[in-house]
Amino acid sequence: MKLDGGQALIKSLEMEGVETIFGLPGGAILPVYDPIIDSPIRHILVRHEQGAGHMAEGYAHATGRPGVAMVTSGPGATNIVTPLADAYMDSVPMVVITGQVPTSALGTDAFQEADITGITMGVTKHNFLVASAQDIPRVIREAFHIATTGRPGPVLVDIPKDIVDPQNANSAMEWYWPDSVDLPGYHPVTKGDPAMIRKAAELILASERPVIYAGGGILKARAAEALHALAELCDIHVVTTLMARGAFPDDHPLCLGMPGMHGNYTAVTSMQESDLLIALGSRFDDRVTGKIDAFAPDAKIIHVDIDPAELGKVRRPDAGIAGDCRLVIEELITAIRDLGGPGAQPDRTPWKSRISGWQETFPLTYEMSEPGELLKPQYVLETLRDNTPDDCIVASGVGQHQMWTSQHWKFNHPYTWVNSGGLGTMGFSVPAAIGAKVGRPDRMVWSIDGDGCFQMTAQELVTAASERIPVKVAILNNAYLGMVRQWQEMFYDERYSEVYLSPDLPDYKMWAEAMGCIGMRVESPEEVLPAIEKANEIDDRPVVIDFRTDAREKVYPMVPSGRSNSEIVVDPAQGQGGR
Amino acid sequence: MTVTTPTHHILTVLVENKPGVLTRVAGLFARRGFNIVSLAVAPTDDERFSRITVVVDVESAPLEQVIKQLDKLVNVVKITELAPGDSVQRELLLATVAATPEIRGQIIELVGVFEGRILGVGPDELTVCLDGSPEKVNDFEQMIRPYGIVALQRTGRVALPKLDRRHPPQLHGIDAEAS
Repeated sequence: MKLDGGQALIKSLEMEGVETIFGLPGGAILPVYDPIIDSPIRHILVRHEQGAGHMAEGYAHATGRPGVAMVTSGPGATNIVTPLADAYMDSVPMVVITGQVPTSALGTDAFQEADITGITMGVTKHNFLVASAQDIPRVIREAFHIATTGRPGPVLVDIPKDIVDPQNANSAMEWYWPDSVDLPGYHPVTKGDPAMIRKAAELILASERPVIYAGGGILKARAAEALHALAELCDIHVVTTLMARGAFPDDHPLCLGMPGMHGNYTAVTSMQESDLLIALGSRFDDRVTGKIDAFAPDAKIIHVDIDPAELGKVRRPDAGIAGDCRLVIEELITAIRDLGGPGAQPDRTPWKSRISGWQETFPLTYEMSEPGELLKPQYVLETLRDNTPDDCIVASGVGQHQMWTSQHWKFNHPYTWVNSGGLGTMGFSVPAAIGAKVGRPDRMVWSIDGDGCFQMTAQELVTAASERIPVKVAILNNAYLGMVRQWQEMFYDERYSEVYLSPDLPDYKMWAEAMGCIGMRVESPEEVLPAIEKANEIDDRPVVIDFRTDAREKVYPMVPSGRSNSEIVVDPAQGQGGR
Repeated sequence: MTVTTPTHHILTVLVENKPGVLTRVAGLFARRGFNIVSLAVAPTDDERFSRITVVVDVESAPLEQVIKQLDKLVNVVKITELAPGDSVQRELLLATVAATPEIRGQIIELVGVFEGRILGVGPDELTVCLDGSPEKVNDFEQMIRPYGIVALQRTGRVALPKLDRRHPPQLHGIDAEAS
């Protein structure tokens, strides 16, 4: 069958099972947009290419399937670099198609030419510059294979215009679909080394103070059930990192919640005091470890990761296992049973009573606002949490609101928390929520955003309104770049430099309405619940609620940057903390 | 000047012969803060692959991490660490040396002792060529330097495993199946 390259590209995406493309056309990618008209694939026209990238990420987070974005060359391509970097840091499977100037114009500084494969080399798992129309099906097949296997990540495919333009002879190709991929340098490990798994089982059975340190890899590997089985079998507490919230249910008695710089006291301290950390799909990120030399000083380390380069990158493991988290945990459970099972473990009663002591002494806390004062963001979050379905998907931006949401929400199901962890991309929330809603239209999706973040990508609500994607947005509007303000207050003698944003400029309610959404403003505690209930009833367009919150509120606990996790600072109302 | 010190390791990296592969390898080293001492790249007998011989300074990062990060590059097929004792290493030097007629004979004699070659003779300059182990090339460079070097170019070393060894080249830190 003779096709042109553009038709072959769209057909290849159909062969990969792509249902939705987030994109925005332009000169170089124009020929590929023609066959989209005849394709069953849904195309969602974004207002900015960054939005397309984050939507694809949100889609991937919520569904586990690769997100797909398509943009033009030059500025279209450079505008999607941030989502690529974000997806690379958080191991999100994504395929981005970029238009490129015709092959004959490459390297001539042609109109809208940018060396996007060069630019994105360091922020993609792999990228391709396609040389001929005949290569298109093979490259698309390889791109999806690389994006979704091993440690998932973003893959960029750059397509010169001449090979997709039916007006150009270079676009002629004979259709085929490859049965397999031939990548001689790409063989991700999946099965763990049995000897190391046995060693890990022995370490677990000998440990008096073990903690499971669950990371985003649990979700990528679809390993939440296996984690649940391991934790319950051995009766071991679990911390879930920012990327793993929902991987283990918050309402489970063994769940300790989020560790790290803004983790709760018990999660941070139990890791610090443990004699064995069982790191599953986590990567000893600096936001989790604090000062690395002082992190969990007495702990032996079991480290399971599908990326062999993570083993020993930050902390040398006593049992390092390269492999798929789900498969390795299942093997680990078998090995533990073979060695006499949980009955062979030492008595951990003293350790458990220490943990429950910390939980009682240092719960998450905040003080309610006095009448006439602005709302407490934590109160808004708790009310929202308690008045949305248990499987509601929550997408956040980056900053104080993100930390409060991760702390105060109850994540009881995997794939209900969508956020930007490694890169910390402000503006992630609104487009990511839209992508998640497109992927999971059956679920309620709330974007919880800060006012600074919202202003970065709010234009995508126009996309959501015109495509009838009914996401809901809660802006915790404290009129500041709140996290920066918090650092300036705590570490720069309250010298506030370039962090004030104003609560009224822009007018968020009017802005929402101008974008085709329902807009609301909430200023007092008694208005919070009615506004949420009203928002929950609207299912035909996006809703934006501007919650006016108290700028003085800070995120606690906090481990100051570069300090040991043992120097955790709790809410001042709880005294000095520490042990 | 390349001197083999304990912090230098030789990696031979078999890569797919595709555009941009050298950029990917060099970019990875730059991005991760690994130091390259020397680097040589050329096609192999199999046209699908090229071989990069890279000498890394592992003061900057543990060798294991360098190898593992390299192995993550999709176009990298196989990485072998060559211990200096288990490999043959060669490097090529080209140099143009100041050589007035009075001292020309001394330099020609030196080139003969080192089994190098004279590639060009000018009124008061000589261009010479020498290949050999990096140590030999170092020694030669030291010897000709006092005469006045006008221009000098070294290739960086290439290496292959020695024959007649009881053990195959060892892959450090990598599951053989993953390589």
